[in-house]
Amino acid sequence: MKNAVGRDIPEEVLQACGKRPYAGAYARDGEAYKKAAPVVRGYVNPKRSKLVSSIREALEKCGIRDGMVLSFHHHFRDGDYVVNMVLEEAAAMGVKDITICASSLGAAHDPVADLIEQGIVTGIQSSGVRGRIGEAISHGKLKTPAIIRSHGGRVRAIEEGDVHIDIAFIGAPTSDEYGNARGVGGKSDCGVLSYSMVDAKYADHVVVITDCLVPAPNFPPSISMVDVDYVCVVDEIGNPARIVSNVVRMTKDVRELMMADYCTRIIAGSPYFKDGFSFQTGAGGASLAVNSMLRPIMEEKQIHMGFAIGGITKPICDLLEAGLVRNIVDAQDFDLGAIESIKRNPNHYEISTSEYADPMNKGAFVNQLDFVILGALEVDVDFNVNVVTGSDGIVRGAPGGHPDTSAGSNCSIIVAPLVRGRIPTICDRVVTVVTPGETVDVIVTDYGIAINPRRQDLIDAYKDSGLPLKTIEELRDIAYSIVGRPEQIQFDDQVVGIIESRDGTILDVVRKIRPYSFEE
Amino acid sequence: MEIKKAAMAGTLESSDAQVTVEPGNGTIELSIESSVIHQFGKQIKATILETLNRLDVKDAKVTVVDKGALDCTLKARVECAVYRSNDITENLPWGGVIK
Amino acid sequence: MSHPNKKRLRRSMMFLNCQKPGLIKDPYIYKPDSIMLDLEDAVAENQKDAARYSLFHALQEIDYRGVERVVRINGLDTPHWKEDIRVCVAGGADVIRIAKTECAQDVHTVEEHVLAAEKEFGRPEGSTLLMSALESCKGVLNALEVCKSSDRLIGIALSGGDYTKDLQTVITGTGVELQGARQHMIMAARAAGVQCWDTVFTNLDAMDVFEEEVKMIKMMGFDGKSLVNPRQIDIVHKVFTPTQKEIIFAEKVVKEIDEKKALGIGVFTVDGKMIDIAFYDGAQRTIALAKASGVYEGDL
Repeated sequence: MKNAVGRDIPEEVLQACGKRPYAGAYARDGEAYKKAAPVVRGYVNPKRSKLVSSIREALEKCGIRDGMVLSFHHHFRDGDYVVNMVLEEAAAMGVKDITICASSLGAAHDPVADLIEQGIVTGIQSSGVRGRIGEAISHGKLKTPAIIRSHGGRVRAIEEGDVHIDIAFIGAPTSDEYGNARGVGGKSDCGVLSYSMVDAKYADHVVVITDCLVPAPNFPPSISMVDVDYVCVVDEIGNPARIVSNVVRMTKDVRELMMADYCTRIIAGSPYFKDGFSFQTGAGGASLAVNSMLRPIMEEKQIHMGFAIGGITKPICDLLEAGLVRNIVDAQDFDLGAIESIKRNPNHYEISTSEYADPMNKGAFVNQLDFVILGALEVDVDFNVNVVTGSDGIVRGAPGGHPDTSAGSNCSIIVAPLVRGRIPTICDRVVTVVTPGETVDVIVTDYGIAINPRRQDLIDAYKDSGLPLKTIEELRDIAYSIVGRPEQIQFDDQVVGIIESRDGTILDVVRKIRPYSFEE
Repeated sequence: MEIKKAAMAGTLESSDAQVTVEPGNGTIELSIESSVIHQFGKQIKATILETLNRLDVKDAKVTVVDKGALDCTLKARVECAVYRSNDITENLPWGGVIK
Repeated sequence: MSHPNKKRLRRSMMFLNCQKPGLIKDPYIYKPDSIMLDLEDAVAENQKDAARYSLFHALQEIDYRGVERVVRINGLDTPHWKEDIRVCVAGGADVIRIAKTECAQDVHTVEEHVLAAEKEFGRPEGSTLLMSALESCKGVLNALEVCKSSDRLIGIALSGGDYTKDLQTVITGTGVELQGARQHMIMAARAAGVQCWDTVFTNLDAMDVFEEEVKMIKMMGFDGKSLVNPRQIDIVHKVFTPTQKEIIFAEKVVKEIDEKKALGIGVFTVDGKMIDIAFYDGAQRTIALAKASGVYEGDL
């Protein structure tokens, strides 16, 4: 059945997951639902301790068994030890058929691919997949298709009961014996624990894993003791050097700076650029540079940012220090500067991922966003964006907050070079739709800028701006004139991944990759 | 043109291709490895074969390791390898069979 | 009649290694006035042949979107330059940059081979322009005869690295070692009515020093500079872009001279400054530069 972005979603997939096809970005607005609830075991006897001596003991006490859903966060990014530590122990105990429900999985989790091969891990639900796990998925090694959700979509799926977490493992830089856990302090400082907040509220069992036990109360906590069953102290929960980048450097690449300059002019020239505006950037070279380029314009026009949001880095914290940003609402930290800021600056707040992006709660920050700057692997002439499957058709990316911020913001800006190597970024049809074109407003490339025809107001706003405006078809034609017209990637029929829209409907599917054939 | 000895041109850097030609066994034996094979495999193959055909190479073992090179680079690397196998570096037919 | 492009705007001339496909595929994105595709120093001795195939197809198949395509060929003391000229002409290069030019005869030698290649490849005779890099004391001292050597010659460029070696000194960062050459070359170029470009600046960590150098060579009269990195382009263009004040003044000068000439008045004042016909060409150049830099909004 064809959905609202023109993708054919096989009937059996819809039946198997009990989902409807995507029907538009705001189709579920106002729809009522009953929230899921966890099974809770009371803690009445004050003599009982929550401390367990090992991951194995935690698993045993939580009643680990085949077929369970285990959840994890990715605040430790490429430095995470928790996922592998827990799964190795579960594997050693002979547990099979595990589903991982993670906020994201990265390069640190390559060993999970072996567990997939062995049938120990048979399901993956994540907002990002890279490295060997992605290859395992694309080669059809999972028993059930992987489910890829945005950050907001993951919270929604847990709250609506699409996925029920049996045991949540929450790596925490600091915790007290009762499980009051924080993202700051200790030796594996990650700033915030936003992604885990929903897991703590909805999982049947919650285990905090820390390498720094602190005296009670560890306040104010990111994860509260009222939701935590066990606390496990280990030697190391992560590699601090890979949890954050030490220095985020201002790019010197002229191409990126040129695109950053275009983005800055789009923002400054839009009707939304006024005192109190709100903004999210990613950590890419061009989007980071926008922070620095906006500063003199904000100073000159005396325009202050009401709030900055998203993955936080030092450049935006510098603007907070300088008084040009009034608040930072923070769901993830990318560098040391951001972590220092959340410790020190009273206007830098930790928020939950639900507050950040959940489309089915009663109002998230993304809906109040004016601007967001995002990346893309591919954008097609309908403005659909792919950030999940690579040019070889293999799962290797993360929607993260991409679809959430794009749908919520007044002006979503995608920035990407027109061509990478020989791969055109702007194309006829993206391999996988991750963010629907109806929510995407502006595409900035090194060869020019395309504004979505659905946004005639923006097209009018930049008419005399001197910016190199082009149609999306013109950008595609330039790309194809340089690299040639790409072939369709060769897939098998088997569905190996489901791209869930943030509202839980089905946006697209990923199929099993097939070895390349010159004949086909 | 005859492939008189093994010769190579190009690098494994991004946007480049490394092309090796060796004396063949009576036909063109072509092997292609590419970082962009899923989207450009057929175009790469067609460009390589066209270039060999223009140079009248009928008997060679040709190995291409492509790192996302544009057609103009693929042609340049094939031509260079073929002329190197003949030790020719001067008075080349620019605009003739090289085009 | 001389070539229509002989005096085009050449503020920024960016070197690119011909042997690197990643570099030569879309440098026009950075909007330099000219690119200089290098067959000489950037290309290893055993890759000279490979670079020519890349050059030929780049010239033939890549749309450089109006950016001038200069090719730096190997020196006349190497075995490579003759084939370099053939490929440049066959491919349709706009300009050939002659490395290590010592005297007018060097230009004549190249010109002879260029003409032969134009005939061989069916290109219009005289369509390939030339420029000379002066890289030795002898070359610099012969600047005037080089500048006057050929109708194809668009100008001369200082090559500071080799020149300072010949002087038996080094690039000091003070500019003192290049003073004489710069002053001498710009005078020779102007005397012959051709253009003149300054040497490269290679320290990319000292962009402020680079900017000072660009300001200095502009004050000296240079038309532009050879560049090694796209990061340098914007700085050069900014320095060479006339200020609004300069543009308005030049506009007044041109208009007043046109007007007063009709009235038979030779000397008059603009903004309190004494002006006569001698200011006309300079004012016209300012307007042309403003137009080329995209900052002119007047009606001249």
